[in-house]
Amino acid sequence: MIRVVALLAVLFAAAPLRAAPIVVDLSEHLVAITAGFAGAEVLLFGAVDEPGDVVVIVRGPTRPMIMYRKSRHFGIWVNADHMTFEDVPAYYAIASTRPLEEIAAPTVLARNEMGVENLRLDLPRAKASPNVAQDWREALIRNQQRAGLYPAEVGRVGFLGDRLFRARLALPANVPTGTYEAKVYFLRDGQIVSAQTTPLFVSKVGLEAEIFDFAYDQSALYGIIAILVALMAGWLAHVAFRRA
Amino acid sequence: MQIYLPIAELSVDVFLLLGLGGAIGFLSGLFGVGGGFLMTPILIFIGIPPPVAVGTEANQIVASSVSGVLAHWRRGNVDFKMGGILLLGGLFGSTLGVWLFAILRQLGQIDLVIKLCYVTFLGVIGGLMFVESLRALGRRRRATAARDKMHKHTWIHGLPLKMRFRKSKLYISALLPGGVGVLVGVLSAIMGVGGGFIMVPAMIYLLGMPTAVVVGTSLFQIIFVTANVTFLQAYANQTVDVVLAIILLTGAVIGAQFGARVGAKLRGEQLRILLALMVLVVCGKLLYDLTVTPADLYSIGGGE
Repeated sequence: MIRVVALLAVLFAAAPLRAAPIVVDLSEHLVAITAGFAGAEVLLFGAVDEPGDVVVIVRGPTRPMIMYRKSRHFGIWVNADHMTFEDVPAYYAIASTRPLEEIAAPTVLARNEMGVENLRLDLPRAKASPNVAQDWREALIRNQQRAGLYPAEVGRVGFLGDRLFRARLALPANVPTGTYEAKVYFLRDGQIVSAQTTPLFVSKVGLEAEIFDFAYDQSALYGIIAILVALMAGWLAHVAFRRA
Repeated sequence: MQIYLPIAELSVDVFLLLGLGGAIGFLSGLFGVGGGFLMTPILIFIGIPPPVAVGTEANQIVASSVSGVLAHWRRGNVDFKMGGILLLGGLFGSTLGVWLFAILRQLGQIDLVIKLCYVTFLGVIGGLMFVESLRALGRRRRATAARDKMHKHTWIHGLPLKMRFRKSKLYISALLPGGVGVLVGVLSAIMGVGGGFIMVPAMIYLLGMPTAVVVGTSLFQIIFVTANVTFLQAYANQTVDVVLAIILLTGAVIGAQFGARVGAKLRGEQLRILLALMVLVVCGKLLYDLTVTPADLYSIGGGE
């Protein structure tokens, strides 16, 4: 512990004197969800001053999330209990140069939420004992992993020489919209030397965005148009097949 | 080819959707039902959120019912007076249903209620239809079977507000079709169905309508009730995905035309047995899913 504190002190003292030890950027900052959207790949690249390890964490926007647990009533499985997690990242992925446990000690990993198991997902304290809370937490992660939103595998950050690194960030087709952040940590000897954050926007564009906005902003008109389209289509089909 | 659905917020293969629409459309043309009772569960199986599946399916049924009703209208098989009474009940019921839907969704029980409704109604209707059609087939084989009395007088005929329905050759209380309409309307909103699979048997067995006008008349009612559901779901819950609806209905209207042609060549009892079997299969599958221990007891209820 003392060593850690000492090291941190050295780091903080040294920080202003050094040039930015890490620079990062993305191949694109906007992931556009269009009609043909089937997931996207964004290239993250950067450079460091000296050899070390790089860990990349991509997080989606946080939001409250309700979870249900089923239990059997009269032979049927029913959502009986529910819990609301306050700030759940809609997406979470991590990539690193080496396996996480080789890069840093568990305490460092936990403090920086490195790895899905270290995500801080808080439940309102009053509602659950620690054991029960842990079950709900694990269930949330499991569900998100099944949906492909918390990839279970740690991605790879590759070095080109000693200074340049790159990582491919693959976003699935069901990726939620919102503002993401890619946080890049540079570690040496198991300690974080510096970190850089770069934003990534996932949003619907073009026709998809217009339909979505229209459906929410002018719901009544949207409903009427949906009906008219259906009436037209039905009539067209009738006419087409009467001729044939 | 993948396409991103703007309201469902996920991407699905276009040809899968077209194929589904076509297959269900074929069945709906064959049996004269909307096909929603098959399509909605299948949409849920392929990952469309249940509320979006229900809202969108209502929209799609509007289209397939229009093309169906026009064909029946040309043949004079629509009882507009009966349809009008069914419709009044249907509009009331579907408005009530959308409101219930929103409440159940907040309580996190909408999925369960959707499935329980399916199991109950599909089980009862499918079972009744199956038994009845088997009997009808048996009667036909025996050939000597005594014909049912034309007019049985029961409590049903004691209800007030009697009306004459010329096309259906009936003189019954308007409360009957009105009540059927309300029930179908509620189910239409909650289950994302036209309700033909309930209305058609109810019209035949409960109201005693001639089979020839049943399908056309039920389609006529379904158009307006599902239009009402579409509007209200879009307005209150934002769960109608037009892109999904258009793809499904493209497949469905084409499939329905072929289905209607094949259906014209099959005998009534055979058709009903087939429909009954299909209804029972869907029912069994849903019931199985409700009773078998789920792979994961926990599920995410969406961010509010």
